Amino acid sequence: MKLSKEEVDKLAHLARLDFSEAEKEAIVNDMDKILGFVDKINELDLEGVEPLIYLSEERNVLRKDEAQDLVTKDEALKNAPDRDTDFFRVPKVLKREEE
Amino acid sequence: MEDILKSYEPVIGLEIHVQLNTASKAYSSDATSYGEEPNSKVSPITLGHPGTLPMLNEGVLESAVKLGVACNCQIREVNEFARKNYFYADLPKGYQITQDKTPICNGGFVEIKDANGADKKINLTRIHMEEDSGKSSHDIDPFNTLIDLNRAGTPLLEIVSEPEFKDGTEAYNYLSEMRKLVRYLDISDGNMEEGSLRCDVNISVKPKGQKEFGTKVEVKNLNSFRNVQKSIDFEIKRQVELIESGGTVTQQTRTFDAGSGKTQVLRAKEDAHDYRYFNEPDLQPVIVKEDYIASVKRNLPALPKELFAKYRKLKLSEYDANLLTESKELASYYEEIIEHTQNYKGAANWIMGSIKSYLNERAASIAEFPLQAKTIAELQILVDAGKVSNSAATGELFKALLEDPEASPSELAQKLNLIQESNEDELMAFVKQALSKYPDKVEAYRNGKKGVQGLFMGEVMKLSKGKADPKVASKLVTQELEK
Repeated sequence: MKLSKEEVDKLAHLARLDFSEAEKEAIVNDMDKILGFVDKINELDLEGVEPLIYLSEERNVLRKDEAQDLVTKDEALKNAPDRDTDFFRVPKVLKREEE
Repeated sequence: MEDILKSYEPVIGLEIHVQLNTASKAYSSDATSYGEEPNSKVSPITLGHPGTLPMLNEGVLESAVKLGVACNCQIREVNEFARKNYFYADLPKGYQITQDKTPICNGGFVEIKDANGADKKINLTRIHMEEDSGKSSHDIDPFNTLIDLNRAGTPLLEIVSEPEFKDGTEAYNYLSEMRKLVRYLDISDGNMEEGSLRCDVNISVKPKGQKEFGTKVEVKNLNSFRNVQKSIDFEIKRQVELIESGGTVTQQTRTFDAGSGKTQVLRAKEDAHDYRYFNEPDLQPVIVKEDYIASVKRNLPALPKELFAKYRKLKLSEYDANLLTESKELASYYEEIIEHTQNYKGAANWIMGSIKSYLNERAASIAEFPLQAKTIAELQILVDAGKVSNSAATGELFKALLEDPEASPSELAQKLNLIQESNEDELMAFVKQALSKYPDKVEAYRNGKKGVQGLFMGEVMKLSKGKADPKVASKLVTQELEK
């Protein structure tokens, strides 16, 4: 299965990544190998085999409903590329995307 | 509207988001408090820092099961979480942790009244657990959008109904019922104005009898029940008129403008969003066992529906029962009164009358009412025993108690000289005295002039300095006159 350039563009857009033509070329090749590997696995008879989603066997790992102050406002804002004293600052978004 | 509904059928479904009132967030332990300094209630998990791992708040699970049980839903045993991927600055992780294919509650229903006051069942599709986003402010800074992440990660329950609403009134009643329910269950404050209860409407119309649904429009940004109702009624009319004039409804997201009472296009439907849902590998599945559901069920508070049925059984009118179950606080207050007196109607009258008008005058809630329920019960008992007249109890005595809420009603009644004389021997002396004062009127009564009875009652009241129990006195006066 070969991934098309358009599909790479779409995935890149969804991941908000930007690639040069040369990089896209490389990605198409890499993805090709990855998908080939998946095809190989698909040759196996996987009837009745549950997909492995969770690496831990634990279930019901719950936390008590107790609030804690974990970081201060200053700490929270510290690593932001842009901020004022209270808020994270981001480029103006005029059109709100779907939640 | 009625004309429209003769030939067209609207299909309306609601999606409600209820913000839970847990102390901490859904998957991290930063506080959920409202109105705090921006970005002061956050954590590395909420901020989406690398290497952080979410952990489910058990309060969220319990709230979801509570609501599910109260709405007669099937509770799913194996619950998984999913990532819904999208990029927006108010959700720093780049995805929302939600439940996709395994909502915790499936099916179920809520009972409401339709526009004619008849009972109607609204079926639910699902209820699932998820998290809220942060808040963006577009108008503080002219050049930037400002982000406050205090709300990010706050637990939400999303409640999706089947598209079974016929009009705006049903949607309004459903929302009221749902708010009542979450408040009784104490899982959310259900305040739509503050955003702890939010509602999106999906609406389409189709010619009556047609099987296929019409193109649906989504209405968002509805900040009151009334606006939900109005936007639905507006949309039905708009869509039908559009079709009637030869146009077609296009798939859109619209917003409701409360000022004009109209919906407006927010955005035309772009390409369907590709959220690329997949299992959240950082959260292990949550197994909800039968015994857990049973224990939640056991600890469920009395629900409005149950209390309503109980009050009807106590012979209260439908109106009274409705009003008393309007809020959990009011119902609890009533419950407390009737722990001390069996005069259920009398107890209800106290709430509907004196107490309601006290609260209305002050725009206060029952929580702020100064008198204890037990005191009201004592007042009712005084009236029922004939010790204090009803008008004295609801008037002078009630007022005096409000001044001195800790006082005992019977002691206060003594002090204010409000105890009525209902002892028949004592009263009989007054009655005899009154009769002997006007022998000619007694004669007139016996000759058929029954109207003079009032004169003797007045005299008895005068002699008793207004303290005669009018019921007993009247009985004795008649008895003596008829001799």
